[in-house]
Amino acid sequence: MSVLVDKNSKVIVQGFTGKEGTFHASQMIEYGTNVVGGVTPGKGGSLHPDLNKPIFNTVQEAVKATSANVSIIFVPPAFAADAILEAADAGIAVIVCITEGIPTKDMIKVKDYLSDKSCTLIGPNCPGVMTPGGAKVGIMPGFIFNPGRIGIVSKSGTLTYEAVDQITKAGLGQSTAIGIGGDPIIGTSTKQAVEMLMNDPDTDGIIMIGEIGGGMEAEAARWIQAHGTKPVVGFIAGQTAPAGRRMGHAGAIVGGKDDTAAAKMAIMRECGIHVVESPAEIGAKMLEVLGAKAKA
Amino acid sequence: MEIFCKFAALIIIHSLFIMNIHEYQAKQILKSYGVAIQEGIVAESAEAAVEAAKTIQTQSGSDWVVVKAQIHAGGRGKGKTINSNQKGVAVAKNLDDVKTIAQNLIGDTLVTIQTGEKGKLVSKVLVAQDVFYPGASEPKEYYMSVLLDRATSKNVIIYTTEGGMDIEEVAEHTPEKIHREWVNPTIGFQAFQARKIAFNLGLSGTAQKEMEKFVTALYRAYDETDSAMFEINPVLKTSDDKIIAVDAKVDLDENALYRHKDYALLRDESEEDPTEVEAKKFNLNYVKLDGNVGCMVNGAGLAMATMDIIKLSGGEPANFLDVGGTANAETVEAGFKIILSDPNVKAILINIFGGIVRCDRVAQGVVDAYKKLGNINVPIIVRLQGTNAVEAKKLIDESGLEVKSAILLKEAAELVKTVLA
Repeated sequence: MSVLVDKNSKVIVQGFTGKEGTFHASQMIEYGTNVVGGVTPGKGGSLHPDLNKPIFNTVQEAVKATSANVSIIFVPPAFAADAILEAADAGIAVIVCITEGIPTKDMIKVKDYLSDKSCTLIGPNCPGVMTPGGAKVGIMPGFIFNPGRIGIVSKSGTLTYEAVDQITKAGLGQSTAIGIGGDPIIGTSTKQAVEMLMNDPDTDGIIMIGEIGGGMEAEAARWIQAHGTKPVVGFIAGQTAPAGRRMGHAGAIVGGKDDTAAAKMAIMRECGIHVVESPAEIGAKMLEVLGAKAKA
Repeated sequence: MEIFCKFAALIIIHSLFIMNIHEYQAKQILKSYGVAIQEGIVAESAEAAVEAAKTIQTQSGSDWVVVKAQIHAGGRGKGKTINSNQKGVAVAKNLDDVKTIAQNLIGDTLVTIQTGEKGKLVSKVLVAQDVFYPGASEPKEYYMSVLLDRATSKNVIIYTTEGGMDIEEVAEHTPEKIHREWVNPTIGFQAFQARKIAFNLGLSGTAQKEMEKFVTALYRAYDETDSAMFEINPVLKTSDDKIIAVDAKVDLDENALYRHKDYALLRDESEEDPTEVEAKKFNLNYVKLDGNVGCMVNGAGLAMATMDIIKLSGGEPANFLDVGGTANAETVEAGFKIILSDPNVKAILINIFGGIVRCDRVAQGVVDAYKKLGNINVPIIVRLQGTNAVEAKKLIDESGLEVKSAILLKEAAELVKTVLA
């Protein structure tokens, strides 16, 4: 098992024939992901020239023809919110939005529309979801992964790769890595992603990577304290970020005293999370806390 | 409480994702949506300020006007200029006063609680009407802001009777005086909410009706301009029961600027750090900091984590620099130049985790830039991991350059320690 995506996922790509969509779809197929087609309005009825997979005009058509249940979005920011709404409307269960730079106003509408839908949105502005050996629905480099039993939740792309790499080099592997995205409004919170992994019988330990800004890590930490059944290793990026400056991610900004990396780390420690000060120690710490179980 | 914390930060934000504009520009936008404002005319010289004051005097029927320095920072009323010791916001009782104040401000550097010690150069003043004129009732100041509440993914209007003050202090000492009104994304801001706000502020009669009009227009302006934050402090009830915005801070969502092409003209690059402006030309996300170790990283999260590594290794980060997902020889060179323009930099750490980005290309970029730039006399540590990392390390090791290479993050941290020792 794993969470969100696996080898049975039927994946479509929205923004299929664009440069990004084409490149990453080919990478996903190469990794073994079951990409069943894609959507580019106006090009429906033909085959993708490079990938030899069907193109549909709408997500609804794609779902009807392929029974797709997962969609990955590479649509430009001006049209990405609409693409999410279309996927949700068509009954897609897991929607992964890679697009960076969607206006906040558009995401407020999306979040509101999804509130009574059963689908799960991951992102936007995220590296996607990866279940090694099962499915890659994102832009993460496949070769650094190793199938295993550690779940990873992170707001950041390359910092996720860093954690994945350290886990692999520590002789462990990943069940599912979820890049939840760094925007102020995202579909799945840290807590929701942690909860999925906590309930996954094939995950033994969880790595939770956060950053300055917002209250998601504290919320997740309190949930872990109350409901956690597996060891969690945590890191918060931005210990040296000055207050009031945005650090790349639109959501990454230190506000008041509860928003700093130090404050978040303190709350996480209080809640029983194994917090590392240095991002270089994530893998070693997981190996240490899993102890005998890691070797089993 | 969480909302106030974020909110406080937004007041002093400078970033690539939010566009700051001046008070006079913010007021023009508000006015175009029917929000009543303290009227004013912007001037770039003392002479122009006097002319502006004459017009304002005629409009208002009063000799008094207010001269306000236009910089991208708050706290102007309490701040002073370095040379002339002039307050950033001052009342002028006649045209001579206007001339003196404008002369003092324009060309001088204003230091406020939000500018830091260096202050900001004043190149424009806003000559505005005096709104605290005597009349039937006492003037009263309120506070109002509109922003995204991340916890609910909804916009929220925050308001209090405690206007003209530092909102963080109000939130800390008298949190019960702060009201919040969330806006439902489906139905939008409603009439009952406007009434609630007016009555919660203790208004009645004409002033209550005026406040309802004010807040309704204000929210519409926020929504239709795709703003990231509005802060009106103070909102004033005048002695004749008008409700007006006396100050206005408007931050626009840069991601939505494609829908508002005319707003791009409102950008004042002279208010931004010149290296940050330069970085933006190369699509580099750069924030200047005060430390001694420069860094160049792909990805915002990893960039922050790299800054943390620098600190844990005994240094202080000199910058945040995210080269993004398209690092190549050109961007690496531009990044190098920007980092090296900072004289405090004693070492540089390049940390790239190649996914889509191929490490060997970045390595080639480092080697090329190094050769091209010639005498780089600070140690450079390059940590390349991920796609083609081994080839990249070989490239660097065989280049004969004074570059220390690492593959593991831990090794990079050790190297930072070594070069700083």
